[in-house]
Amino acid sequence: MTDPTITVTEPRTATVLETAGVTKSFGGVHALRGVDFSLAEGEVHALVGENGAGKSTLIKVLTGVHRPDGGEVRYRGGRVDFAQPAAAQRAGISTIYQEVNLVPLLSVARNIYLGREPRRYGLIDVPTMERDARELVERLGVHIDVREDLGRLGLGAQQMVALARAMSVDSRVVIMDEPTSSLEAREVATLFDVSRSLRDQGVGLVFVSHRLDELWQLCDRVTVLRDGRDVHTGRMDGLTRTGLVSHMLGRDAGELARDGATEFGESHLQGREPVLSVAGIDARNTLRGVGLTVRPGEVLGLGGLLGSGRSETVKAIYGALPTQAGEVIVDGRPVHRNSVRHALRSGVALLSEDRKAEGIIPDLSVRDNIALAVLPRMSRMGIVSESRIDKLVETFMGKLRIKASSPRQLVRELSGGNQQKVLIARWLCTEPRVFLLDEPTRGIDVGAKAEVQSLIDELAEQGLAVVLISSEMDELVEGADRIVVLRDGAVEAELDGADLTSSALLAALAGDIAQADAAAQEEDR
Amino acid sequence: MTTATAPEVTPGTTGERSSRARVAHLVQRQGALVILVFAAVAATVAFDSFGTQRNLTSIAVQASFLAVVALGMTFVIMGGGIDLSVGSVFALGGVLAAWGSQHGLLVALALPLAVCGAIGLVQGLVIARGGLPPFIVTLAGLLFARGLLLLITDEGSTTYKVPPGAAFREIAQGKLLGLNYTVWVVIVLFLLGGLVLHRTSYGSTTLAVGGQEDAAQLMGLPVMRSKVIAYVTSSLLAALGGIMIASYTSSGVTILGVGMELEVISAVVLGGTLLTGGAGTVLGTLVGVLLLQVIKNIINQVGSLNSNWQAVVSGVILLVVVTAQQWLARVERR
Repeated sequence: MTDPTITVTEPRTATVLETAGVTKSFGGVHALRGVDFSLAEGEVHALVGENGAGKSTLIKVLTGVHRPDGGEVRYRGGRVDFAQPAAAQRAGISTIYQEVNLVPLLSVARNIYLGREPRRYGLIDVPTMERDARELVERLGVHIDVREDLGRLGLGAQQMVALARAMSVDSRVVIMDEPTSSLEAREVATLFDVSRSLRDQGVGLVFVSHRLDELWQLCDRVTVLRDGRDVHTGRMDGLTRTGLVSHMLGRDAGELARDGATEFGESHLQGREPVLSVAGIDARNTLRGVGLTVRPGEVLGLGGLLGSGRSETVKAIYGALPTQAGEVIVDGRPVHRNSVRHALRSGVALLSEDRKAEGIIPDLSVRDNIALAVLPRMSRMGIVSESRIDKLVETFMGKLRIKASSPRQLVRELSGGNQQKVLIARWLCTEPRVFLLDEPTRGIDVGAKAEVQSLIDELAEQGLAVVLISSEMDELVEGADRIVVLRDGAVEAELDGADLTSSALLAALAGDIAQADAAAQEEDR
Repeated sequence: MTTATAPEVTPGTTGERSSRARVAHLVQRQGALVILVFAAVAATVAFDSFGTQRNLTSIAVQASFLAVVALGMTFVIMGGGIDLSVGSVFALGGVLAAWGSQHGLLVALALPLAVCGAIGLVQGLVIARGGLPPFIVTLAGLLFARGLLLLITDEGSTTYKVPPGAAFREIAQGKLLGLNYTVWVVIVLFLLGGLVLHRTSYGSTTLAVGGQEDAAQLMGLPVMRSKVIAYVTSSLLAALGGIMIASYTSSGVTILGVGMELEVISAVVLGGTLLTGGAGTVLGTLVGVLLLQVIKNIINQVGSLNSNWQAVVSGVILLVVVTAQQWLARVERR
């Protein structure tokens, strides 16, 4: 018996799953550089971090998809080394993925019990299986016909079925990797209720989400990862949004951008009439009424954390993301919704985030890569004018200072920065009025970065309307004339003039402004 | 508490599923059955000779060879694969059985099953463990089995005869209650197949692998084993079909089974099994086989028609049924 004078402030909970100094690298790239993480029984533990922080790698190590290079994973007190996902599952660690990993063509009941069906006389006892499944989903507060094919249910209901499966195996640990990213608000509420009831039964839950609000709603503790390290672990209450975001980005709220850290020059605004104006864009589960304007010669920064809808916004403007509502106007003329062709013809160009997957063709020459976009215009009755292309390519290679031995050099032999310039050149050939740049300097070395940055400046000087997305705060604050900050798919704030500072951006990213407003409204009632 | 306070998740379709969607669902799954019944009724009315017991028995016997092979194919396709080797394996099984029948019933049964089972095992292992595409692997199997057959028959010039009076002949020629044994074999095998598919974990694993292989893997299901079993079963059943035809014709006919794999695949698809895997019924496959056989029979009834018309008609019906399935699936989803 404990001394009655000692008050126990927190219930003693046993650690169910932990890692100690786990490292993992892929081909020389360090994804995890020694992560300590511990999950207690009966808690919901948030795992957060920006792109490339190592969240998914850590989850994959915990669930037996990857084996750690160093360090160890301990589960229920003993060291474990899961050879494959099935082994982790048998031990009681279930994972619920962002994309539901069940079989859509099989019934709900089948999905819950696949591989562990109740049997009678050696055959699957279907009535018992369906009865048990019905009880299970009803305990989750979900009302579905368990005989229905899973694929006929909404995504939220499918997610619940995944949870039901986790419950049916008596999991001690449930890892949820962005389970809410495709759910409606109502479905999220049910998911949270179910998660809480699992927690109350002593299950340890790991919760990954980019929607920061959700963390405070559901989680007890949080671990922040950055660059493959755990940089903060602590309770959720007592942590402010700004505090959390500064941990994620590695910045103090007070710290100001060092002047001249980037190659961006001064503002170069020309004219007052916007070239691009966007209003009320809605896209299912990603964008809610996004609007913005860009004037000629202006660089509009688009800020936001991972999952805030930055890339989705530019994709929607470009017509590559299906939208349900909204208006895009270029030079006073409306652009057809959901039509890349029409967006292109209206003068919109998009340099996508993933240049390898969506842009560059490594085995073609510099010349051919640049010429791709203009082939239709450079040809007469299907015959391409080689000399005109040569001339055009030469012009752009000079203008953009593309370092290649000749226009015939293969693009794959170029450095990342020069590949990026080739792509920019390709788009410039189409003579765009609006240039959407999604992370144009990601993954290229410092020198090339500076060149791309000053190139963006020059483009704006020539009167182009530029939308710049960047995860680097310096790049955004110095490169943009104005910043629109997105959060959870909606415009959170707009910063310009004196407000264009790192600290203001940080606060806006964290959503503290909205929180303060909401609190004020609450008091008014 | 949780249950009481939790907001209800209304999954898109349950409850509000329209009757239109239900009909679409039924027709999509049973479309071949509708056409089969229609064709049979029409043929009975049009041709006096169609509805006779003699003709119907002949249809059943003719269909039994295809049906046995199609059962194996159903499992392969449901598991997300394809087996192009069945035609060659079928012919090889028949020749081996005819040759073996000179040495007794046991050899006539065991030899083809052992050889063809081994072919299926190798194919299954290469596909499951090596991760090679089933299309290529079983295409190799097709060439291998056909080559082997030509080797042991002097390029097809030797036709092994089943000795007169051999017990082996009874397999297809003997009757029970007026029906050839082969028809009974089919009935028993399909009942068994249905049971395996819907009432064993092997069956659900197969459907899961065909529906979403990654998910099946992540759920820790024995994906590889299910694939290997499917290809072994397919080869064994193809061999059994060969044994049956050898018994029926009392000889090992070397030119059989060319292009049979395609006929088998169309029967399976006609029966409502998704070519991409993950869903279907064995009963549907039986209906598909019967439909193809009835079409053949009807064309034969119209004496003036060239027998090549049966392929033409089968092709058209396959296209119509598959298109209708696709369209109905869309209606159903609405």
